[in-house]
Amino acid sequence: MSIIFNHVSKSYDADTQLKTDALKDVSFKIDDGEFVGLIGHTGSGKSTLVQHMNGLLKPTSGEIYVDGKDIADKEYSLKDLRGKVGLVFQYPEHQLFETTVFEDVCYGPKNLGLEKKEVELRAYEALKQVGIEDDYFYQSPFDLSGGQKRRAAIAGVLAMKPEVLILDEPTAGLDPKGREEILELVSRLHRENNITVILVSHSMDDVADYADRILVMDHGKLVYDDTVHEVFKHVKELEEMGLAIPQVTYMMYDIAAKGVDVSTDITTIDEAVEEIMKVWSK
Amino acid sequence: MSLIRSKALSFEYIRRDEEGNVEGITRAVDNVSLDVQQGDFVAILGHNGSGKSTLAKHINAILHPTEGTVWVDGMDTSDENNLWQVRQTAGMVFQNPDNQIIGQVVEEDVGFGPENLGVPTPEIWQRVEESLKAVGMSEYRNHSPNKLSGGQKQRVSIAGVIAMHPKCIILDEPTAMLDPSGRKEVIRAARALNDVEKITVILITHYMEEVIYAGKVLVMDKGHIKMQGSPREIFSRVEELKELRLAVPQVTLLAHELKKRGLPIPDGILTTYELTEALMKIKRTEG
Ligand SMILES: Nc1ncnc2c1ncn2[C@@H]1O[C@H](COP(=O)(O)OP(=O)(O)OP(=O)(O)O)[C@@H](O)[C@H]1O
Ligand SMILES: Nc1ncnc2c1ncn2[C@@H]1O[C@H](COP(=O)(O)OP(=O)(O)O)[C@@H](O)[C@H]1O
Ligand SMILES: [Mg+2]
Ligand SMILES: [Mg+2]
Repeated sequence: MSIIFNHVSKSYDADTQLKTDALKDVSFKIDDGEFVGLIGHTGSGKSTLVQHMNGLLKPTSGEIYVDGKDIADKEYSLKDLRGKVGLVFQYPEHQLFETTVFEDVCYGPKNLGLEKKEVELRAYEALKQVGIEDDYFYQSPFDLSGGQKRRAAIAGVLAMKPEVLILDEPTAGLDPKGREEILELVSRLHRENNITVILVSHSMDDVADYADRILVMDHGKLVYDDTVHEVFKHVKELEEMGLAIPQVTYMMYDIAAKGVDVSTDITTIDEAVEEIMKVWSK
Repeated sequence: MSLIRSKALSFEYIRRDEEGNVEGITRAVDNVSLDVQQGDFVAILGHNGSGKSTLAKHINAILHPTEGTVWVDGMDTSDENNLWQVRQTAGMVFQNPDNQIIGQVVEEDVGFGPENLGVPTPEIWQRVEESLKAVGMSEYRNHSPNKLSGGQKQRVSIAGVIAMHPKCIILDEPTAMLDPSGRKEVIRAARALNDVEKITVILITHYMEEVIYAGKVLVMDKGHIKMQGSPREIFSRVEELKELRLAVPQVTLLAHELKKRGLPIPDGILTTYELTEALMKIKRTEG
């Protein structure tokens, strides 16, 4: 599925003193099968942006096209859209409300009008995918630890088998292994099922490791839209926006500052190991 | 002096059905003995569900031990009479800022704690100002907390606790929702509280880089304290940490990988500075 934003702006509380311009004239295109990272300081408009992608929020001005169709059209079915564009919210608690974890995960597919058996099968599969053990299936989602809640929320969206998967800071609060597991899972779904992924993250390391392209938001504006390597060349600008570059990239800059001839165009540990070994075994 | 101490602390969550019959028991904290000195900076690591938050909630008497005892500044947290005093001594910032914000306006929210403690009004304003500044939220003082983004809310909650001038602040994943600068600011604020005000800091986090400033690191696993030591000691044990679902800072991992490839680099590298120095030393001895 392709997603096009055409001069999209969004203001909250437009007619009041508290008016906030959360998106300012944002335009981009995401193609079918891409893995896009979305970064930006807190309050830069990331969550606002992604909630437009499945029609949860409506632009104040501008248009959004999904597979070439304007989602604001009267004939356009937002219900279908939400089945195809799965959004894992920033706070898992917002998505958990049923009495058991299992019922909670069933909620999405049930709403798609699938029959009970299919719904339960999908819920079971999704829970297994995110690594929640059977013991927890019939517990209240509110009794889970922070990380477990996050997984349950992700399972709820996966159970809908979306074509586009948007994850709004999905790894915040997960232990390092859990972070890797979720990102590996998403990356596998991306590779094997050709799902389009949009990953909102505050971890520059994770975005560098998994995304092919990065969108950078700053105070409601889309300021960069480029490959991972190109975006992370803007060290000063990113820092001024409240962001950073991956720690390994900083490392390469530190070495270069000592007068050693190394490339700083490095964003992952593997790249750094190769580059340093190359220079140090000369 | 020992500010927070626990002896053989265990805690069980008991789940009951509608009739009150016990459905299941989770032993979330299992036989933990802890001794935190006034002025310490202690970091707690551990996989999801390892019992960090449950342990933390004992320190400001939100939970009471199923077995064992917890003392805060000498007060037994199970004694109802100590409740207020314990909570004033040990302030807590939770994982999810939404549960903590009550005020309609940011500055009101931050002033709520000191107001409850009976702090005189002019001092409340001064504390509000300092606290908001410490977390970089001064310009939002007149905003409605509900409309802030996740990271902004979290910084307001931290300011709210700081404003109560506690002896100890427990931060339960305070940076989970923050951007890189927000995280830096909060960690810097926590370090400053510790260095300058000598406030005891207990930091729970899943970000390994944030732990390198701690005096001591505790690693929890299934309710137990499985490892403890200085950041350097803990982060030298890369493989063990992986088995506990944890990791090391990216630069520590890079150093570890380079060592595996044959470069003579010491264990427990914690910063890019240290790794650069180690690499330059190799260059010098070779060249
Ligand atoms: N209110 C509750 N009722 C029942 N069980 C609970 C409750 N809160 C937590 N638990 C269980 O207790 C154990 C420890 O949970 P705790 O929240 O202390 O973990 P944690 O280390 O803070 O995890 P995380 O890193 O995910 O925040 C887990 O097995 C969890 O499912
Ligand atoms: N429901 C809302 N009502 C009013 N303002 C909001 C709402 N949600 C977000 N905002 C404001 O819009 C801006 C963008 O917020 P958000 O999209 O949550 O950013 P991010 O996800 O990048 O942290 C911020 O200034 C925030 O305070
Ligand atoms: Mg957000
Ligand atoms: Mg916790």
